[in-house]
Amino acid sequence: MQPSLLSAVIFATLVAGTPLIITALGELVTEKSGVLNLGAEGIMSIGAVAAFAVTVHTGSPLLGVLAGMGAGMAMGLIFAVASLTFMANQVASGLALSIFGVGLAAFIGKPYESQALPSREAINVPLLHKIPVLGHAFFEHQALVYFSWALLAAVAWFLYRSRTGLVLRAVGEAPVAAHSVGYNVVRIRYMAVLFGGAMAGVGGAFLSVFYTPLWVEGMVAGRGWISLALVVFATWRPMRVMIGAYLFGGAMITQMFVQGSGIHLNIPAQFLSALPYAATVIVLVLISRNKNTIRLNSPASLGQPFSPEA
Amino acid sequence: MWLKLEQRPEPSRTMRYLSPLLAVALMVASGMLLFHFLGKSPIESFKVFFLNPVQDKYGIAELFLKATPLILCAVGLAVGFRGNIWNIGAEGQLLIGALAGGGLALHFHDSQSVLLLPAMIAAGALGGMVWAAIPAFLKTRFNANEILTSLMLVYIAELVVSWLVHGPWMDPDGFNFPQTRLFHEKALLPIIVTGTRLNAALLIAIGALIVGWIFMNRSFAGYQMKVAGQAENAGRYAGFSARRTVWIGMLVGGAMAGIAGVSEVAGPVGQITEHISPGYGFAAMIVAFVGRLEPIGIFFSGLLMALLYMGGEQAQQYLNLPYSISKVFQGLLLFFLLCSDVFITHRLRWKK
Repeated sequence: MQPSLLSAVIFATLVAGTPLIITALGELVTEKSGVLNLGAEGIMSIGAVAAFAVTVHTGSPLLGVLAGMGAGMAMGLIFAVASLTFMANQVASGLALSIFGVGLAAFIGKPYESQALPSREAINVPLLHKIPVLGHAFFEHQALVYFSWALLAAVAWFLYRSRTGLVLRAVGEAPVAAHSVGYNVVRIRYMAVLFGGAMAGVGGAFLSVFYTPLWVEGMVAGRGWISLALVVFATWRPMRVMIGAYLFGGAMITQMFVQGSGIHLNIPAQFLSALPYAATVIVLVLISRNKNTIRLNSPASLGQPFSPEA
Repeated sequence: MWLKLEQRPEPSRTMRYLSPLLAVALMVASGMLLFHFLGKSPIESFKVFFLNPVQDKYGIAELFLKATPLILCAVGLAVGFRGNIWNIGAEGQLLIGALAGGGLALHFHDSQSVLLLPAMIAAGALGGMVWAAIPAFLKTRFNANEILTSLMLVYIAELVVSWLVHGPWMDPDGFNFPQTRLFHEKALLPIIVTGTRLNAALLIAIGALIVGWIFMNRSFAGYQMKVAGQAENAGRYAGFSARRTVWIGMLVGGAMAGIAGVSEVAGPVGQITEHISPGYGFAAMIVAFVGRLEPIGIFFSGLLMALLYMGGEQAQQYLNLPYSISKVFQGLLLFFLLCSDVFITHRLRWKK
């Protein structure tokens, strides 16, 4: 492979993996508290459309991303009210959030469908970006790519090195015990869901403001669901989320590179587009094959409602 | 003073059936609020959205036409949902069913046989079952989460449809439009109300409701599914096979979704295009829940969901709002239902 192509492949893989890392890390924290939020697809869609609209009106991508984050939190709040306060089935509530979010995003986004945002200048890391081949691949990115790395470090530190993180994991593993020693399980779960919502919102914002950068109905294209699968693939460990996200990022850009490289493959474009989805299925199979892997690593109370009075 | 949720000594049967009505009321109310914020008159919008579509015979026939695939899918899904089998890929199973049935119509496009249509329906059911068998196999053999695998297969099914209508199955005389040739008469479902598009698939849906009712309430397998769903451990101690629950839940859902797919391509669509289903497979999940996973309930919630689709079309035409507003209503409905359901097991009490 030519050095320039290699550099471009790594670059594009990192970019394609970024929204997955951000969303999946948010979902990871949510799930660690024992809540399964299947609404990531809906939250990302809302985050994407909110960020796009605000960026169009203000010209500021920073405000756009913050709007995506806020909209994602609002979506998280809706889910939290249904599943935590009203103790509704988490799977059904998450599905509802996905259907609602994708629909509402299409509704809000209609007037923005014909608009495009200018592509943004990358932020070059001083000196490092001059390294041949790898410099461009790793150090000439948008701010959110670096943010995703920082987020990984922050989430890993929070979960395994901070006291609050320990409490959050305790709530996910044994909510009754955590409740009986005086922790407010519902409040902690609310926080975790809001954080997950905010991150999925940012993931969506990255798609519409930096990645494409435009808004089309259905543009999230299953990335929310893939992020959910990534958390399982990572067996609920932050570092593995990142590795998985880049694997999927790679699968997503294959099509682009096969078409761009001039290699003439007699494969319909749709088959290449199906790769990330097929990969998700295969990866889930490989990781779930051993029942113990899932049982030992998933938070013990995942998906089960908690009632403080019971 | 605060309102507090307090557990009822026993789940309320009344609330179980009142809850969907409460959810519908809340959906309508918040919908009118939404219209108000969009600068439309709520009363006028209500008329356009909920009453306009069903003003005449044609409108009512369209309502039943649109409810047909929703009811078909929802009955099948309800069987699985009762056993806690989360098949959320009905949309994909619908598409593959449509391809299987439609493929037969294309292959025998000059056939005059009366057997063609029944064969298409059988092929559709089989196609949907094959697509649903994948997550069922992966679940029972490899323990892979059926929620995620069945959903991923929706995206793959959409791409398969796209490939076929852009490639091998494209109508040679179709000016390069991504669609197949039109099915001929023998491959189309007969119209049952003249002057409308309402076809015989409605009868299949009603038959499915009846068979579904018998299966759920009068068969041992249906009982096993219910026990497995409501009390997993009790089911295991009683020796009910968890694998069988998964297989039945997925295959029934897939078969019904596949038939729904045929009802579209051999019905109002009349060919295979990229727009066979406006998300019927997803909306059917809401239909199943709002109908309380019971056939009679599914019949009415299917009609309601069809009305939401038609209201969206009307809103697009007369209120200048995006069609996706019907999806917003769908999502709201499910949310309100899930929240109202808390009152089945809990009641509100004032707390000082």
